[in-house]
Amino acid sequence: MRHILPVLLLALLIWQGVIWLTAIPPFLLPSPQAVVEALWLNRAEILRHAGFTLSEVVIGFLLGSALGAGLAVAMGYSPRISRVLRPLLTFSQTIPVFALAPILTLWLGFGMLPKIAMTVLIVFFPVASAFSDGLMRTPAAAMDLAQVMGASRGRIMRHLRIPAALPQLATGLRLAAVYAPIGAVIGEWVGGARGLGALMIHANGRMKTDQVFASLLVLSLMTVTFAWLVSAILRRVWRRYGV
Amino acid sequence: MTVVARVSGQAWVGDEPLFAPIDLQLEAGDWNCLLGPSGVGKSTVLRLLAGLETGVRFEGLVECDLPVALMAQDPGLIPWLDITGNVTLGARLRGETPDLARAAELIAAVGLADRAGHMPDRLSGGQRQRVALARTLFEDRAMVLLDEPFSALDARTRAGMQDLAARLLADRTVLLVTHDPPEAARLGDEILLLTERGLEAQPVTLPRAPGMARPYDAPEVLQMQAELMRRMLA
Repeated sequence: MRHILPVLLLALLIWQGVIWLTAIPPFLLPSPQAVVEALWLNRAEILRHAGFTLSEVVIGFLLGSALGAGLAVAMGYSPRISRVLRPLLTFSQTIPVFALAPILTLWLGFGMLPKIAMTVLIVFFPVASAFSDGLMRTPAAAMDLAQVMGASRGRIMRHLRIPAALPQLATGLRLAAVYAPIGAVIGEWVGGARGLGALMIHANGRMKTDQVFASLLVLSLMTVTFAWLVSAILRRVWRRYGV
Repeated sequence: MTVVARVSGQAWVGDEPLFAPIDLQLEAGDWNCLLGPSGVGKSTVLRLLAGLETGVRFEGLVECDLPVALMAQDPGLIPWLDITGNVTLGARLRGETPDLARAAELIAAVGLADRAGHMPDRLSGGQRQRVALARTLFEDRAMVLLDEPFSALDARTRAGMQDLAARLLADRTVLLVTHDPPEAARLGDEILLLTERGLEAQPVTLPRAPGMARPYDAPEVLQMQAELMRRMLA
């Protein structure tokens, strides 16, 4: 944390310096001061939209993580399921989520649903991929023992493979927490009038660049806080397992 | 003597034969030592008996009339379970309620009574193998498969573990896979030498007191160990 402040100050200085040196018009690049002012003046509106975005992020993150973790367990449990699902998963990542946003809006309307769906689509893959990697790497000695001890596949999964893969699941969830707001914002860009993404598009259309920057700032802060919170919760939960 | 387990056949890794045709027969109640250098397939034979994946192509017959327990060089302790949890792992994995009183007895028998609540990462290598031994005993199977369980230990700890295992596994049929002639000389009632040439039974003329390992420094044990070494190098 000690190193963030100087870096932040330096960035602000460069930002302000560029504006002084180039006399760039504020509708192209607003000054830091203008952004802070825009943030303060529009605080109620920005906060309201941030609230929408945050609820999409949280719901999408939870659903997407559950879906990703479920897929990973299913693939770990059965090699047959894995053979079917793994190429599908890889294929799903070749479709840019951006391209899906308009279709999701078409299907699901202008409310929260398409945004949550976008978030789920962005979140499930890092979780599924990291967790499934972990499930495949249970120490061989423990797997041998479990087999000789006469354990069923289900119990091996529950008592050995899942607990052993928790660190990888945590890695996936931390990544997912950072990606989740991207999904929500893309969804908001494409359709609807609520959320920080919609606010940004709206402000951008009216050349209110300072408001765009103010919304971005809030979005970044929200993402950092959310990712930090997820990390902190994971640490607490995993400590019980000595992971 | 009754034969309780048998591995008879040949194994290949790809197209390369792993070992020449063998016929391994284990006698009930004995410590059967399968001695040989690394890479000749000793562990493969043990894994065949345990019903585990071997990664080789085996053609032949595997028979094992007794339920088995396994203890290997890697103690395979579960890092998020304490010692009691590790000893009772089998019960947990079979969905049974673990008999904690018996677990405590066995933990005491391997000399770790005051550490029953410790996590594995706080134990030394020797202590980990003691936990593995207690876990093996908790399984209470008539046949115990030991896959180089003491190889990674220092000489003093190894000798202590050999004594402890000989005492606690006295009434069971044991297959001990080892590359260490001194270990075979201390523990083997039957000694089978596995090399690229195949399997050769070695004569064991020295008696072994029930529940005891032969003394490591007795001249006849040292002589036997030298003889085994000679045959291994032949």
